Amino acid sequence: MALFRKKKKKEENKWIKCKGCGDTFYVEELEQNHWICPKCSSYFRISANNRIKITADEGTFKEFDKRITTKDPLEFTDLKPYKDRLKDAVSKTGNKEAVINGVCTIDGEPCVLSVMDFAFLGGSMGYATGEKLIRAVEKAMKLRIGLVIISSSGGARMQEGILSLMQMERVSAALALLGKKGLPYISVLTDPTTGGVAASFSMLGDVILAEPKALIGFAGPRVIEQTIGKGLPEGFQRSEFLLEKGFIDVVVERKDMPKYIGKFLRYFSENVKK
Amino acid sequence: MLVLDFEKPLYEIEEKINNLKAMANEKGIDVLQEIEALEEKKNNIIKQEFENLTIDKIVKIARHPNRPYTLDYIERIVTDFTEIHGDRVFSDDHAIITGFGYINSQKVAILGHQKGKNTKDNLYRNFGMSNPEGYRKTQRVMKLAQKFNIPIVTFVDTPGAYPGIGAEERGQSEAIARNLYMMFETEVPVVVVVTGEGGSGGALAIAGGDKVGMLEFSIYGVISPEGCSSILWRDTEHSVDAARAMRVGAQDLYELGVIDEIIKEPLGGAHRNYDEIAGNVKAFITKSFDELLPLSKKKLLDKRWKKWREMTTQFL
Repeated sequence: MALFRKKKKKEENKWIKCKGCGDTFYVEELEQNHWICPKCSSYFRISANNRIKITADEGTFKEFDKRITTKDPLEFTDLKPYKDRLKDAVSKTGNKEAVINGVCTIDGEPCVLSVMDFAFLGGSMGYATGEKLIRAVEKAMKLRIGLVIISSSGGARMQEGILSLMQMERVSAALALLGKKGLPYISVLTDPTTGGVAASFSMLGDVILAEPKALIGFAGPRVIEQTIGKGLPEGFQRSEFLLEKGFIDVVVERKDMPKYIGKFLRYFSENVKK
Repeated sequence: MLVLDFEKPLYEIEEKINNLKAMANEKGIDVLQEIEALEEKKNNIIKQEFENLTIDKIVKIARHPNRPYTLDYIERIVTDFTEIHGDRVFSDDHAIITGFGYINSQKVAILGHQKGKNTKDNLYRNFGMSNPEGYRKTQRVMKLAQKFNIPIVTFVDTPGAYPGIGAEERGQSEAIARNLYMMFETEVPVVVVVTGEGGSGGALAIAGGDKVGMLEFSIYGVISPEGCSSILWRDTEHSVDAARAMRVGAQDLYELGVIDEIIKEPLGGAHRNYDEIAGNVKAFITKSFDELLPLSKKKLLDKRWKKWREMTTQFL
């Protein structure tokens, strides 16, 4: 019986519904299409593992710092203990934190790649997430190669209180050191990048690239609506809006992202002494 | 003057004492004994009500409308202060004060959030919630401080960075991110005093210091207790639970290794004695300067990196 149910669940997981047009698609079809809806071209939010698959050159990604995870130092409980939420996130994603670190090549260029996972507690940044990002910076400095961070996060992790807030300064400080070494940092923003992640390392890239129509901003749209007491204009806080306002460099189609990352890494790394 | 519910017994007894004294003066009667009795009662009230404040009361005191703000500290601590204005790009943000002056004979650059003292003043100050131009004004001052080798003192007291359409259009997140980067890079000592409400990224933007002191009854957190309640509890009833769970008090932050020192407040809170709290804040700044000013730039920055590199790693 149990076996049967499991099989059925697996069967269901092969079909995914598009939030844009409502049609369902076969996973393989979506995967081949870079998780973009073949019918309406909406971008699906994708896991860190899938993101790595479509970004790093095949077979080059070597993960490091895999074991680092949070230990719930505040023993935080809201409607549900934070420990339980963590367990769920770990079993849902198969990862131990909201970011995955690795060394790889992208479009042939060696770099350190850190990818945030929105499926892991909304990609929120806790102290272990911050630690992993700092270690990614340190790895790039040690290997004298560029750093690429792909963000998808709601911001700092509330369940870790002030400890999560401090990661904003910690990671920004590490990036300042990276900058002094003359190593490039390419920041890639995907849907969504908000709060404490937007207001720290995400906005500090030497070059900032974003996927089309990604939600990017400091305050969430609902908070702004509540504060000002009216609705928000169409396209507000989307990639194209930020491009127009001068806060990101290029809006890049998902399929072209590795090419763009590689180009900037190469261009900025040419004079880096090994 | 606004008096909070739990402060009422204290203010009532103080009023009684004052009335008694006035009457005694007027009529020339000896009321020494009665006054002594009342003073003792008052001390008992203070002990009961204020010595072990629960987090809900601490949050209220941190946000007390009579609490001293940046300009109150500047008035009492900084001599020959001149405020400077504007980010040179968009406008002048009244929610953040910047300027130069002296503490003792030491030159200092000041950055501080500024809340309003009444409704009209609060509208002018945007309730201490800065827009991007406010942070960019502080970036200008940080650059000047570095150029002329002047240490920086900041006063932190904001509900948070302003969540508005204009703020997003002008890059609130970029402005805060740039502040974090610059506060780390600036090659002069940075001393931070959290005086009231340390509201999330909007507070942290000017709180990345070599030494961080926090007033005894101030709070500092990743989100407001109300915001946390509405997101995690999905209602507005649990803000006290949220404040407790997130550990937003000075004692909590000290235990978590995030701040360096707790600055003692007058009994009942900073608003009960501006001069006394200003004196304590000044002592903290002076002590921090004594430690930081003799350091070479390299030593200062190495020490700063060590501090941030190690912070929160004890929990790994």
